[in-house]
Amino acid sequence: MRQEWNSFTPGIWQKEINVRDFIQKNYTPYEGDESFLAGPTEDTLALWDQVMELSRQEREKGGVLDMDTRIISTITSHGPGYLNKDKEKIVGFQTDKPFKRALQPYGGIRMAVKACEQNGYQVDPQIVEFFTKHRKTHNDGVFDAYTPEMRACRSSHIITGLPDAYGRGRIIGDYRRVALYGVDRLIEDKQHQKDTTRTIMYSDVTREREELSEQIKALKELKELGKIYGFDISRPAANVQEAIQWLYFGYLAAIKEQNGAAMSLGRTSTFLDIYAQRDLANGTFTEEQIQEFVDHFIMKLRLVKFARTPEYNALFSGDPTWVTESIGGMGIDGRSMVTKMSYRYLHTLQNLGTAPEPNLTVLWSTRLPVNFKRFCAKTSIESSSIQYENDDLMRVTHGDDYAIACCVSSMRVGKEMQFFGARANLAKCLLYAINGGVDEVSKKQVGPKYRPITSEYLDYEEVMERFRDMMKWLASVYVNTLNIIHYMHDKYCYERLQMALHDKEVTRWFATGIAGLSVVADSLSAIKYAKVRAVRDENGVVVDYAVEGDFPKYGNDDDRVDDIAYDVVHQFMSYVKGNHTYRGGIPTTSILTITSNVVYGKNTGSTPDGRKAGEPFAPGANPMHRRDTHGAVASLSSVSKLPFKDAQDGISNTFSIIPGALGKDDAVLFDDITFELQPDCACCEPNLTVDEEQ
Amino acid sequence: MAPCEKGRVHSIESFGTVDGPGVRMVVFFQGCPMRCLYCHNPDTWSVDGGCEMTVDEILSAYERNKSFYRGGGLTATGGEPLLQLPFLTALFRAARQKGIHTCLDTSGIVYRPDRRAEFDALFACTDLVLLDVKHADPEGHKHLTGHGQAPVLAFARALSEAGVPLVVRHVVVPGLTDSEEELRALGRLIAPLRTLKGLEVLPYHTMGRAKYDALGLAYPLEGVPPLEQTQAHRARGIILEEIRRVRTGEG
Repeated sequence: MRQEWNSFTPGIWQKEINVRDFIQKNYTPYEGDESFLAGPTEDTLALWDQVMELSRQEREKGGVLDMDTRIISTITSHGPGYLNKDKEKIVGFQTDKPFKRALQPYGGIRMAVKACEQNGYQVDPQIVEFFTKHRKTHNDGVFDAYTPEMRACRSSHIITGLPDAYGRGRIIGDYRRVALYGVDRLIEDKQHQKDTTRTIMYSDVTREREELSEQIKALKELKELGKIYGFDISRPAANVQEAIQWLYFGYLAAIKEQNGAAMSLGRTSTFLDIYAQRDLANGTFTEEQIQEFVDHFIMKLRLVKFARTPEYNALFSGDPTWVTESIGGMGIDGRSMVTKMSYRYLHTLQNLGTAPEPNLTVLWSTRLPVNFKRFCAKTSIESSSIQYENDDLMRVTHGDDYAIACCVSSMRVGKEMQFFGARANLAKCLLYAINGGVDEVSKKQVGPKYRPITSEYLDYEEVMERFRDMMKWLASVYVNTLNIIHYMHDKYCYERLQMALHDKEVTRWFATGIAGLSVVADSLSAIKYAKVRAVRDENGVVVDYAVEGDFPKYGNDDDRVDDIAYDVVHQFMSYVKGNHTYRGGIPTTSILTITSNVVYGKNTGSTPDGRKAGEPFAPGANPMHRRDTHGAVASLSSVSKLPFKDAQDGISNTFSIIPGALGKDDAVLFDDITFELQPDCACCEPNLTVDEEQ
Repeated sequence: MAPCEKGRVHSIESFGTVDGPGVRMVVFFQGCPMRCLYCHNPDTWSVDGGCEMTVDEILSAYERNKSFYRGGGLTATGGEPLLQLPFLTALFRAARQKGIHTCLDTSGIVYRPDRRAEFDALFACTDLVLLDVKHADPEGHKHLTGHGQAPVLAFARALSEAGVPLVVRHVVVPGLTDSEEELRALGRLIAPLRTLKGLEVLPYHTMGRAKYDALGLAYPLEGVPPLEQTQAHRARGIILEEIRRVRTGEG
C-alpha cells in the first residue's frame, strides 16, 4: 500500500479510480453535536479582514477591481497569487493576484471583450485579432451552424438564455481524485483508456482519442499548477491539509480553464473528513488547525470571480458563480454521511460570517442525525445561507455519491455530467399556437405557419390541439439548437480538466428547461373554466385577452388546474424525448428560473390568464404572484404534483417568509409539556424554561 | 353530526406556524360575538360571511398534504369556533380518528355550564386549547370586548377539570392591558389551572388596520402604538412571577 494511504481500510479503490469505495470503506459517521468546533484563528481573521477591505474597494470601483486583458487564462497561465503567503494555509488564485478577473475567450471573444469594455478595460487588440481570425471560439462555431429558424427563435426569446456565447458550466470534476490518487496515477489511468479505445477510426472514436489526449495534457498542466505554488501533486495527499490543497488545485485548474455558468465543487466534506480523522488520531493536526484549513479553503471559494457582462448578471440577478458544495445525505447502506467535516464546512458561516458562495447545500433526509438537523437549523437561522435539497428523492436515482451542480442539478460525481440547456418559453409558445406562429411582439412569422385561432372566444379543445402542435415544433427546434451548442462547446471550449476527472464512460444528461409554466397553466384554466375573449390588432394578431369570470388558479392545491400543469410538463417532455440528442444525452428538464423570469416576462405579450404584456412570469414552478391564496402548503402541494420523473433536473418554488410567520422565536410552552410530536421537531423545543412545580 | 354537514368557514391557511405546535392547517371559523378593540380579523365577525365547508372537505385537504403537518396538526380559530360547537366537535372527532393533533384557539366566551355535556364531547377530542384571556379585570374585559368575563373563567375551569392541556394567550396593548396590576391579576386568575401548559404573551400590532379600512369601519385603537417585543417579554415575566408566587404559596 502507498505510504500516503497508511491506515486506510483497503478496497477496490486501490486498484481502480473509485472514490466512492474509498469513502464507504473509510468514513466515520458523526452523530454528536457541534461542541467540538473551533473558532477562527488570528491568521484567519487577519486574512478575512483583508478580503473585506478588497471587497470594499471592488464595490467602490463599480463591481470589478482588476481584469486581465493580456494573458489568456489557462491552467498554468499565471504565477502564484496570494493574499498573504505567510498566513494562508490553503493557496491559489485564478490569476496572479486576488480579485483580478481572468481573460477567458474560448466561449466567445465578443463576450470577453464586452465584459472588459463594460468594466472600463480594453482587451489587447492582438488577442482580439487572434481569436477573430485564427482561432475560432464556441460562439463562432454555434452561429456558423444555426439555422435561420433557430436564430429567429433566439431573437424573439421563445428560447432564451442559451449557452451559445459563454461557457455552459454544470459539469463537476471529481476533484477528490487529485487528493486520493495524485495526478500521476490519474494520467496513467487516462493513458490506459486511450490505449484501449476501439481501433477502427469512426468519428466518435477519433473524437474520443483526441479528447483523452487533451485530458492527459490538462492533467500534466495541473501538476504544473501545483509546482507554481511549490507543491508536488503528482503523488497522493498525505494529510488533511494536503488533501484540501490538492483537491482545491483540481477545482482551481477547472475555473482557470472554464468560465461556466455554474462551476460547482461537488461533494467533498465527508471525503476530506477521512483525512482529518486520521490526522486527529495521529496527532498530526489539532481541531483548530483543521478548522483553519477549512476556513481558508472556503475563503478561496468565496473569492472565485469571473469576467461577465452586465446583461449576463441581469439574467442571473447578481454575479453568481454557483460554487455549490453538497453536504450530508444518507448512504444507501443506511448510514448517515454526516461527518465532523460537514459541521466544519457549515461552521465557516460563523467563523467568516455569512456569504452566498460557496453555495453550501445540505442533502436533507428525514433520517439525518438529530444533532446535525438542529445544527443546520441553528446555522440557517443565524446565517440565512444554507440551501437544502431532498436527498430522499435524489438518492433513488443517483445513489449516495452525487452532487448538485448550480442550484439543483444532481449528478453522480465523476460519472455523470450535464449539457446545460437554458429554457423554452412555454407561455410564448401558447401565444404562437393561438397566432399561428406569429410572434405577438415583433409580429414576425417565427414559428411554423399553422392555422391561427380565429374565433372571438377561445375554445379549450381547439387551443390545446394547436398548443400541442406548437410545443412539438418548439421541442424540436429547441433540442436541435442545443445539439449544435454542445457539439461546438465540445469542439472549441472542451472542459479538458473537468472531463479528465471523470470516468471514461460518462452518462450525459441533456438538460432542457421550461419558463412560464404557471402562466400557461392559468391561461389554459381560464380558457377552460372562464371565458377568454381574444383582442386582435388590425392584422388579426391577438395582442390581448379579456377574461370574463373566475377560474381555478395554479398554486392552490386545486386539481382542476394542477392537472393542466402536470399535462403541460409531461407533454412537452415527451416531445423533447422524441428528438435526437447529441452524444446520446438523456433528456431531462427543469422548471427553475429563479430570477430570469423577469426577463422572460418582459419579452412576452399578454397571456390568456390576464397577465399583461411585459409583466414578469412567476419564477420556476411558482404560482403567479398573488394568485395563490391558500398559504404555502397549498402552493407547495400544487408544485409537488408536477412530474419529477419528467423534470428531474429540478422544480423550484421560491418564496420568502417574514421570520414571524415561520413560528415563534420565544418559547410559549413550559418545560414539562409533551405532545405527540416528533422528538426532533426543532420548532417545539422549549428554549426558555419555567420552573413551574415548586 | 354527520361528516357531510356543513360549517361556515372564513378561510383556511395551509401553512400555519403560530397557532399551536408545528406546521398546522388553520381553519378560520366565520362569526364572532366579541368586538375586541384590537381585533385583527374583523372580517370574521359576521355569522353570515365565509363559505360552507364539510368536515370531509376540510380533512381531505389536510390528508392530501399531511406530510407537511408531521409534528403539527389542525387548529380551529376564527372568528369564534365555539359558536359552531356541533360542527367543531364533528371536525375534531373525525380528525382525532385519523390521528390528527387538534388545537382550539378560542376566547371561551360562549361557554355555558348548562351545556357542559356538549362541551365535554368537544373536550374529549381536543388535544390543546389556546385560551385567549383578554383582560384580567371584569370591568376591563367588558370595556375591551363588549362582554363579561365570567364565561371565560368558567370555560377555563371546565377545561382544567376535563384535563385538557391549555395555553393562555394574552395580548398586551399599551394603555389597556399593560399595567403591572392587570398582569399580576391575570397571573392570579390562571395560576390554579392545573392543565396550564404554557403562556403566550402577544404584543399588540397594527396589521389588522387595513381590514378595517377595507370594511369601512372606524379603527377603534386609532393612535395606539404597537408594542415592542421586549415589552411583551417583560409582561410575560410579570405574569409568570405571579403564577409562581401563587403556586408556591399554595404548596
